[in-house]
Amino acid sequence: MSSTEKIKRTPLYAAHLEWGAKMVAFGGWEMPVVYSSILEEHAAVRERVGLFDISHMGEVLVAGPNAEAVLNHLLTNDVRKIAVGQAQYTLLCNEQGGVIDDLIVYRIEATVYLLVINAANIEKDFSWMNAQASAAVVLENESDKTAGLALQGPNAAKLLGHEGGIVHFHIERQSVFGKECWVARTGYTGEDGFEILCGAGDVTELWSELLRRGAEFGIKPCGLGARDTLRLEMCYPLHGNEMNEETTPLEADLGKFVAFGKGDFIGRAALAEQKEKGVTRKLIAFTMTEKSPPPRTHYPIMTAGRDACATKRIGEVTSGTQSPTLGIGIGMGYVETKSAAIGSKIGIEIRGKTYAATIEKKPLLERGK
Amino acid sequence: MSIPKNLKYAKTHEWVRVDGNVAVVGITDHAQQELTDIVYVELPSVGAQVEATKESAVVESVKAASDIYAPVSGEIVAANEELSSAPELVNEDPYGKGWLFKVKMSDHAELDELLSPDDYSHHIGA
Repeated sequence: MSSTEKIKRTPLYAAHLEWGAKMVAFGGWEMPVVYSSILEEHAAVRERVGLFDISHMGEVLVAGPNAEAVLNHLLTNDVRKIAVGQAQYTLLCNEQGGVIDDLIVYRIEATVYLLVINAANIEKDFSWMNAQASAAVVLENESDKTAGLALQGPNAAKLLGHEGGIVHFHIERQSVFGKECWVARTGYTGEDGFEILCGAGDVTELWSELLRRGAEFGIKPCGLGARDTLRLEMCYPLHGNEMNEETTPLEADLGKFVAFGKGDFIGRAALAEQKEKGVTRKLIAFTMTEKSPPPRTHYPIMTAGRDACATKRIGEVTSGTQSPTLGIGIGMGYVETKSAAIGSKIGIEIRGKTYAATIEKKPLLERGK
Repeated sequence: MSIPKNLKYAKTHEWVRVDGNVAVVGITDHAQQELTDIVYVELPSVGAQVEATKESAVVESVKAASDIYAPVSGEIVAANEELSSAPELVNEDPYGKGWLFKVKMSDHAELDELLSPDDYSHHIGA
């Protein structure tokens, strides 16, 4: 973000301060990183229920008879696979197959789609979609008038009174405590839960109401710190860390979200060629196998071994943390494809010392939904 | 926010308790609150030399690694081994069980460079 751009605040800014949040800049937004303790907020989501402000995320409506065709040209996954009320994870790529953004597309009516995009990419995605739309279509950036909350954790459904309600990865228009919302059974934590999109003017009341009614379910307001540790245990990629316009979905191990069979789309030729030749690097997940400082973004990934002269650099960490659930260091990163096999011993270089780690199957934490 | 009266403070949020020739060093209550959730502490080895205002330890929270600066120069005579298995002591008891290391001071005059409790309180805007 350039210094001339003003940092944005969500409608919940005052509520965050009231709840004692530490605020940080994230993707051009001033967001809560932690209220009391990342470890406690993380545990609340894994064991009970947590509430996140996701108003910074972007919402774009794509509508009209050509919406399906336009989206299938813009996005890598096949929107024809989803019925009304269903959600799909997908990628927005450039001609080189680089990832402009990752997003969830919700089919809310037969010819109306709601795209939820990353906060830092709203303007970029919206101009790209306008410039690249292959046919006449209505494109509306609803981001400013839309706010959002993520209610995540095993008690989320009980709190919303939705135990037998919306099916996982589906969305419904519903009234939540008197406010008209889009309620989706999706999230970024690996737990059961909901993402609730509402009018910017309604979110403060919903926030207070959920925290009030959630008290008996052990609810906690949760910040970006816990959001990051939760998603990392699940190996959900974060745009800007695990992928950017110089990495492809195939390198990021997201090949199953690229529908080569659906016909042409932006990036298809480059991705098809890369698939044919094979990727030279691959996104892997790892856990530390000895006591070490937490792995962090940009730390070198090395071949296994203590002796600095005998090991060589094979990649770089894209995200890392101390896993609150597992109590050990975990992370993701890119390594040369020939070194990317699950079970391989690797090293993570931290302040000049190499610590032992193992490449693991994703996700690092199994959750029954 | 606790700022004990019997300690001296560095602008970089370390505290010092002087015990004869030895300075016991830790991080302040303010610092641990800012860092939150400490999960790893890397301490200097006993026998190592540290220099005032230079990096001498690393405290890692869930979200970031933070350098700890030696408030005084000298030789490390003890490091808090308990933090290796219980780094959360730095959060729970920053002026007590959460101490980091002890330095045999080589220059007592360096203590004059440190802040009084009142000055430190002013420094953090408390």
